Amino acid sequence: MATGGCPPPVATPAPLCYLALVARRRGSPAYSRRSSGRPRTGGRQRGQQSPKFRAALCATCLVDQFYPEVGVAAVKVLRRLGVDVSFPEDQTCCGQIAFNGGFRSHAADVAKHFLDVFENEEQVVVPSGSCASMIKVYYRELFEDDPETLERAQAVGEKTRELSDYIVNVVGTSDVGAASEGLVTYHDACHLLRELRIKEAPRDLIGNVRGVELQEMENPDACCGFGGLFSVKFPEISTAILDEKLKTIAESGAGAVVANDCGCLMHIRGAMERRGMNVRAMHIAELLAEDGTDG
Amino acid sequence: MAEVKSAEFKKASGKALRDEKLQHSLEHVMEHFVGARANVIEDDFGDESWEAMRTRAAGIKQSTLEHLDYYLDMVDKSVRRNGGHVYFADDAAQANAIVLDIAKRNGVKTVIKSKSMVSEEMGINHVLEGEGIEPVETDLGEYIIQLAGETPFHIIAPAMHKTRQEVSTLFQEWLKTAPTQDIKRLCVYARDALREKFAVADMGISGANFVVAETGTVCLVTNEGNGRMTTSAPRIHVVLAGMEKIVPAIEDLALFLRLLPRSATGQRITSYNTFASGPRAPSDEDGPEEFHLILVDNGRLNLLRDEVMREALRCIRCGACLNHCPVYRKIGGHAYGWVYSGPIGAIVTPPMTNMKVARDLPYASTLCGTCKDVCPVKIDIPRLLLHLRYKVAEGAIGERSTTWMERLFVGQWHGAMRSRRALEGKANLGRLLTRPFARGGKVRKLPFTPMVSGWTASRDFPAPAPRSFARLWREELAHDNGTELR
Repeated sequence: MATGGCPPPVATPAPLCYLALVARRRGSPAYSRRSSGRPRTGGRQRGQQSPKFRAALCATCLVDQFYPEVGVAAVKVLRRLGVDVSFPEDQTCCGQIAFNGGFRSHAADVAKHFLDVFENEEQVVVPSGSCASMIKVYYRELFEDDPETLERAQAVGEKTRELSDYIVNVVGTSDVGAASEGLVTYHDACHLLRELRIKEAPRDLIGNVRGVELQEMENPDACCGFGGLFSVKFPEISTAILDEKLKTIAESGAGAVVANDCGCLMHIRGAMERRGMNVRAMHIAELLAEDGTDG
Repeated sequence: MAEVKSAEFKKASGKALRDEKLQHSLEHVMEHFVGARANVIEDDFGDESWEAMRTRAAGIKQSTLEHLDYYLDMVDKSVRRNGGHVYFADDAAQANAIVLDIAKRNGVKTVIKSKSMVSEEMGINHVLEGEGIEPVETDLGEYIIQLAGETPFHIIAPAMHKTRQEVSTLFQEWLKTAPTQDIKRLCVYARDALREKFAVADMGISGANFVVAETGTVCLVTNEGNGRMTTSAPRIHVVLAGMEKIVPAIEDLALFLRLLPRSATGQRITSYNTFASGPRAPSDEDGPEEFHLILVDNGRLNLLRDEVMREALRCIRCGACLNHCPVYRKIGGHAYGWVYSGPIGAIVTPPMTNMKVARDLPYASTLCGTCKDVCPVKIDIPRLLLHLRYKVAEGAIGERSTTWMERLFVGQWHGAMRSRRALEGKANLGRLLTRPFARGGKVRKLPFTPMVSGWTASRDFPAPAPRSFARLWREELAHDNGTELR
């Protein structure tokens, strides 16, 4: 089994995980590994008090149209943590696809719409590393010559957080009270890692899911070959890069691969399904939403 | 100038993907370079971290570029002071003419060359051959591809795609040597053949890794010692250098000579650092009688003029971006169609040659950002790729070259994303149109959709969800606010 280039995740010594598994199977009461004393399902109680955190969900166009279950899972996790989640309904897309294609005037139009929709929100949470990078990093580029919009974009960019970053660094917990089972491997989405430099937050979150062990694949930070437009324009190269990723996923022995971006997941899942690979491709929100009752 | 075949990118990359032997070489060599670099960038550099060194190097190169006129002038003065000659060539043709003129004036019959990417841009070997002058590459890799009649596959490892068998076959054909699989033996064959050329050559042509403005010194970084032979044995030394190769002071080399070999081959220091500062002085026992420095533009001004693209000229040609690029690692160097390949090739080729011919290159990247992280002079390659895409899509008429299908797609997308209402309308239409082709939430094949069919050749595409998230929110989630979902 590949052990990968990264150090093992923190706070998940394997024996403990198995213990947790065993404990759960025997029907023992909730098993808490952390001494923080955070209640496992504090959402209800907290939700009834005036919530400490308020966040507007930017679902992203992929989740909205193709993977609504990821949005549902994100809402479930956030509410469990006591976050008052809203969904500004006029939202559409951040504009990344046109921006990456070079069509900046089209992208700017859609990005302005994004700003109109989210400008007055306290905090924006996005379940995607690349959409978050678009908003936080590339809007600056897009509105370089438009100082007025640039200022608005920077303000929105500052209050925008990728989901795992939001949970760990704003809400302040890496244990969301989730429970599932089995070996899980994590794929670093490129923009999440190299634009936003978010590497540990998702690993911490996965490591704290009861019954789950994080098994790093080799080169978890290697691109899956998606690249949006790239996968359509150069399908052969894209697939060749993906082959490497699938190989390392398979070699990890994990039953599920988790990532923070539906782009990568659509790509990875699309090929795994075509080839009949028996590994689940999950968004991190889906894993964190599991509470052990989903079967 | 070397022919630009970047329009063939798609075809050539497909060919590379299907070449099993090539795939094996790529995997092997790239893994070696990546590992070797990783081992030496964590060294103890005293007061300065690797990161800080990169930042300082980027700063030195950038400020030199911002004041390039000043430094070009300084190079000119310094080299003349040392007794050398300086030329400024606008393009490949001019540079070739200058070299040819020097060669003819001196009755040159054989030219030995050490590695120079600018000379690849110029296609100087063909030009010399056309005039009956024999050019001989003396870098082993370059020598091999010269015999094979190919262009460099990689900036620092030009013949990395050649197996020992192929090299043996080439040597049998050209040098009449015995067949062998022994790499040391092959090296001896090449060395023997090249020794003769070193002895008889009238002119040595070298590239320049760095040109020091203050002292007029040309610095070469090599591993085989051939650079030193080229710059010292023949009567005439001609240096071909891109005009961006300048660093202000000799002290700057202390930094760059640490960064370059570490980034390129993972060596702490290269085997031969050669410094050539003009022709032999009266007190010198040996060295060339003439020293000519040709500073070449050949499209570099197009990069310099563009404030965003300018930083691409910081490049010190280490090849680290190639070694770490998921795309290069799959298709190798030839698919890029000109002299420079990989991420750096994708950003310099279109502006230096022809935006329309090389229009595919800025798109030939997943924008994964690894190149930017490993670049020793911190070139923000993804940003520059995006800038070039912008030019391809919305730039000047002469540069713009998207297909009608791309424009149609973006137009439709734009129409859909202007408001939630428009989006729902278009998405419902999409649901209706894809329904006949969806099985179990997946689309395996969509007819009449050339843009998508490439995707579905190897991957399922998700069918649109029956209900969008917005609708789910409206119909269910919104009402549950404040309570835990079940």
